[in-house]
Amino acid sequence: MFGITMSKKTLLNSKEIHIILHRLACQLIEKHNNFKNTVLIGIQPRGIYLAKRLVAILQNDYAISTIKLGHLDITFYRDDFRRRDEPLEANKTLIDFIVEDKNVVFIDDVLFSGRSIRAALTAIQSFGRPSDIELLVLIDRRFSRHLPIQPDYIGRQVDVINEEKVTVHWKEKDSKDAVYIINK
Amino acid sequence: MSQLSTQNLLGIKHINKADIDLIFKTADHFKEVINRPIKKVPSLRDITIANLFFENSTRTKLSFELAEKRLSADVINFSASQSSVKKGETLIDTANNILSMKVDIIVMRHPNVGACDFLSKHVDAKIVNAGDGTHEHPTQALLDSYSIREKLGDVTGKKIVIIGDILHSRVALSNIYALKLQGAEVKVCGPKTLIPKYIKSLGVGIEYNINKALEWCDVANVLRVQNERMEINYFPSTREYSQLFGINKKMLDSLDKKIVIMHPGPINRGVEISSDVADSNQSIILNQVENGVAIRMAVIYLLAQQIKQ
Repeated sequence: MFGITMSKKTLLNSKEIHIILHRLACQLIEKHNNFKNTVLIGIQPRGIYLAKRLVAILQNDYAISTIKLGHLDITFYRDDFRRRDEPLEANKTLIDFIVEDKNVVFIDDVLFSGRSIRAALTAIQSFGRPSDIELLVLIDRRFSRHLPIQPDYIGRQVDVINEEKVTVHWKEKDSKDAVYIINK
Repeated sequence: MSQLSTQNLLGIKHINKADIDLIFKTADHFKEVINRPIKKVPSLRDITIANLFFENSTRTKLSFELAEKRLSADVINFSASQSSVKKGETLIDTANNILSMKVDIIVMRHPNVGACDFLSKHVDAKIVNAGDGTHEHPTQALLDSYSIREKLGDVTGKKIVIIGDILHSRVALSNIYALKLQGAEVKVCGPKTLIPKYIKSLGVGIEYNINKALEWCDVANVLRVQNERMEINYFPSTREYSQLFGINKKMLDSLDKKIVIMHPGPINRGVEISSDVADSNQSIILNQVENGVAIRMAVIYLLAQQIKQ
């Protein structure tokens, strides 16, 4: 009875995620219109699922065909190299366009400490000097930032304590769409 | 697996297939990095690397130095010809003096077999063997296999012939270990005097006829005759060597398939390989050089990952 218990609470279900994704897509259109000078950058590994979903909505539901989507891996730019117990494993970067003078939108699933985004800000410079960079996240964990980084587009804000973990499940990978808060 | 099984890269003999796979996978990422407008990542900004070259080198030294700089490491270079080695300093003293300047990784080339192995037992730094005498040159073998994999999709099951001075070649030995680990079929071809007797014990075939060797293989890795390591004459003349073991375009065109030509450099044009072969579209010699940087970045990155803060 003194064993470690792990509880799992559903924060968002599939229907709620569906509504949020459409709202985020509309917010992007509101700001970026026809995406002529805008590129979307999914942050590896988990930001890619969200980015692809948004692109699909923009293309299928709003007939915007000219969206450029890149995948950015930040492993070599992280500030915890040699400080972790587990070695870092890199993912693929796939950016076949130049970001010079473009409006870049970073897309990631959960914003926590802000360190990944700090690394992404450094990494994207290897592909040119963007005109500006915005951040879109599905989940913004408030009051947990280590750096002065805030999102521009937010799916849902949550207040969770440090021991709790927010995980996003995607249909493509984890069989259904859902966001859970896991108490370790 | 995301960690190497070894603490140093002393030779291919000391690593396994999973290590090779991990190095290749990491090199894939670095190859993408070195083709970006800005070809640099900040991963190793707090790591210092010493390149100790006790033997002449052009491309290996440049390749290592570039790989280290692309990873943002601090780099110091040391050449035996300009150092206190000439004044009688021992290898361990030289290395320890350098280490007291807080160096994390040593990349060393040395004319003596086992020098890197010896150093790794006596100094507290990661050692990468950049060639020790006639023994091993692991990063060359890795980049050779990586280049084959890039060109042909896989190394497993491929037929590779290594042609030339096998006796004095660390490239040949490291290549044999690496290719066998990945399940390739390997033959060596060259004058009898330049093929060591132990070679069969490594599971390698021998072919003395260059035309038969070319007909058999998918890839020909052509080596230079290392005159500087020869104290006696192993063959009558360079002209005769060239006639019996040199590869020209006519020979390649007479084959009913397009084989891949590799060479670790430096090339003696007109001796082991003719210019029209070296510059042909069957040659991946310059791809090998480009891949060398990505492979060395991967090796150094993976070893540096083990150095804890």
